[in-house]
Amino acid sequence: MSEVIIDVDKVSKSFGGVKANTQVSMQVVKGGITGLIGPNGSGKTTLFNSIVGYHPIDEGSIKFEGEEISRFSVQKIARRGLLRTFQQTRIYGKMNCVENMLISLPHRKMSIWDALKSFTIEDYERADHLLEFVGLYEKRLLLSGDLSFGQQKLLEFAMALMNEPTCLLLDEPTAGINPTLINGLIERLKRANTEFGITLFIIEHNMRVIMNMAETIYCLAHGELLAQGTPDEIQSDQRVIDAYLGAH
Amino acid sequence: MTKLKRKTILYALILAFSFIAPFAFPDFGTQLATLWLMIIVALTWDMTGGQMGYNSLGNIFFYGTGMYVAALIAIGMTYNIGDYTVASGGGIFEFSDLQYFGGMFIGVLGAGLFCSASAVVIGYLTFGLRGPYFAIGTLGVAIAAGELVSNWDWAGGGQGIALPVYPGDLDIGKIFFYFLFAGLGIGVFIFVKWLYGTRFGAAINAIRDDEEKADAMGVHTLRYKLYTWSMAAFFVGMAGGISGFQLIHFEPVESAYQTINLGIFMVVCVLLGGKGTLWGPVIGAILFHLFKEITWNYLLGWQWVALGALIVVTVVYFQDGVMGYLQQRYPELFGIRVERKSTEEAA
Repeated sequence: MSEVIIDVDKVSKSFGGVKANTQVSMQVVKGGITGLIGPNGSGKTTLFNSIVGYHPIDEGSIKFEGEEISRFSVQKIARRGLLRTFQQTRIYGKMNCVENMLISLPHRKMSIWDALKSFTIEDYERADHLLEFVGLYEKRLLLSGDLSFGQQKLLEFAMALMNEPTCLLLDEPTAGINPTLINGLIERLKRANTEFGITLFIIEHNMRVIMNMAETIYCLAHGELLAQGTPDEIQSDQRVIDAYLGAH
Repeated sequence: MTKLKRKTILYALILAFSFIAPFAFPDFGTQLATLWLMIIVALTWDMTGGQMGYNSLGNIFFYGTGMYVAALIAIGMTYNIGDYTVASGGGIFEFSDLQYFGGMFIGVLGAGLFCSASAVVIGYLTFGLRGPYFAIGTLGVAIAAGELVSNWDWAGGGQGIALPVYPGDLDIGKIFFYFLFAGLGIGVFIFVKWLYGTRFGAAINAIRDDEEKADAMGVHTLRYKLYTWSMAAFFVGMAGGISGFQLIHFEPVESAYQTINLGIFMVVCVLLGGKGTLWGPVIGAILFHLFKEITWNYLLGWQWVALGALIVVTVVYFQDGVMGYLQQRYPELFGIRVERKSTEEAA
């Protein structure tokens, strides 16, 4: 059994009377790619938000690298090396791509004295390198707010990589991206996983994408864990098929 | 001519003009000193307001507090403060040159440090507020401080404090204060120019543009906000301290914690010149000061109406200020690249 990096144990979260997550448990294996699927409103993003500390959970426990993080603030968790991207992209629109990248340097590895230094040549090279990695090198000096939605998603992904995370939570990385470029993105995500050694935990609606990448997939429905297993197991699971077709 | 050369010449010209100005226009010595004060408070206001997205209406608190702290330190170094304030600076209190300048030096420095520390405390309490709530919260702090000091008899109460007069020729005194403000102003400009080029500068810009995203990227947002405000407060406190000695006599509500005057002027300067730019606050301060002096001289009686009109026009029609307008009009000059043709969706 490989090492577990994120251990979600019987987590429940409700907003008023709405039970967004009920007794959800799942493990993300270190160095791997784990998928999270489920119909709209099944509680996937809520679970992500719980993991990265956007809201306190009602019960259960969330451990990252063996440390209980369910009471930590967003910043503190991010500084542990657990990062997330947003479903609606969040980039700094009034700055160009390179500036966006430079801002994303990992502040957890920076003392105030380091912060008072100017950006180094290495910082710029890393930014350029990663922008090239996601295919935005040509656009690096444009204001990021002028980029298309898909390009902004790529930029946000590059920014996350710039931050040198241990584990990256991606909320629908391929949504809004031109279908012909999805293959390129899948390949880049895989490379981020293998070359940079970043553990990926991905919410995805595009079944082709997730079945191609993930080693383990969890499926949520109505806030509860419906099924888990390898892509093949999930694809042939009648409960999953029913959930997506609305029978659940 | 290269860009660097042109810049160097521009800076040299401005510097030279700053040195010559008080001698070339001796009648305007105090006016020019006030102009530098405006530049200082505008540049420091922009550190939080323009660069970090926190519009404080309470920066005047540091001006007033700096004035008081500097004065009390300077007096306290030589006399008992209670005795001094009761006598309202009456005849028996002589200051030697050393006591005057020594007290001023330590007082102004102490004012900066004290304001810096109080910014951390006030910031810790108010940085949870966003947008207009932060503005009103900080304004409340400044107003409350003015009222509190008014009732603090040991520190002069509502009458304020009368400081010793500049020892020596008063015309030279004017030039002396001009150079204190000019020196501080140039210092602030160099400081912010450097700061905005660092990783720290980028981080506070990130807080302005999307604080939640900055949080999610692990930026120490609260810490950086406190540092920034604390740096701004350091300079404003020093400027306040110098102002106290320049004014000689000051009182709490009208001259120290003057929320409706300088407290608002600094914001208008920045808006006029362009928020979040290096030169905006400087240009805004110059334009505003000119406007103010002209209307106060030639439109007396209507000067506040004219000022109000200026604020309304700026806020409604000219939100990005001079620099913002230029940036939109000529983005290339600012190193911003715009794709002219709408490109094909690349991703």
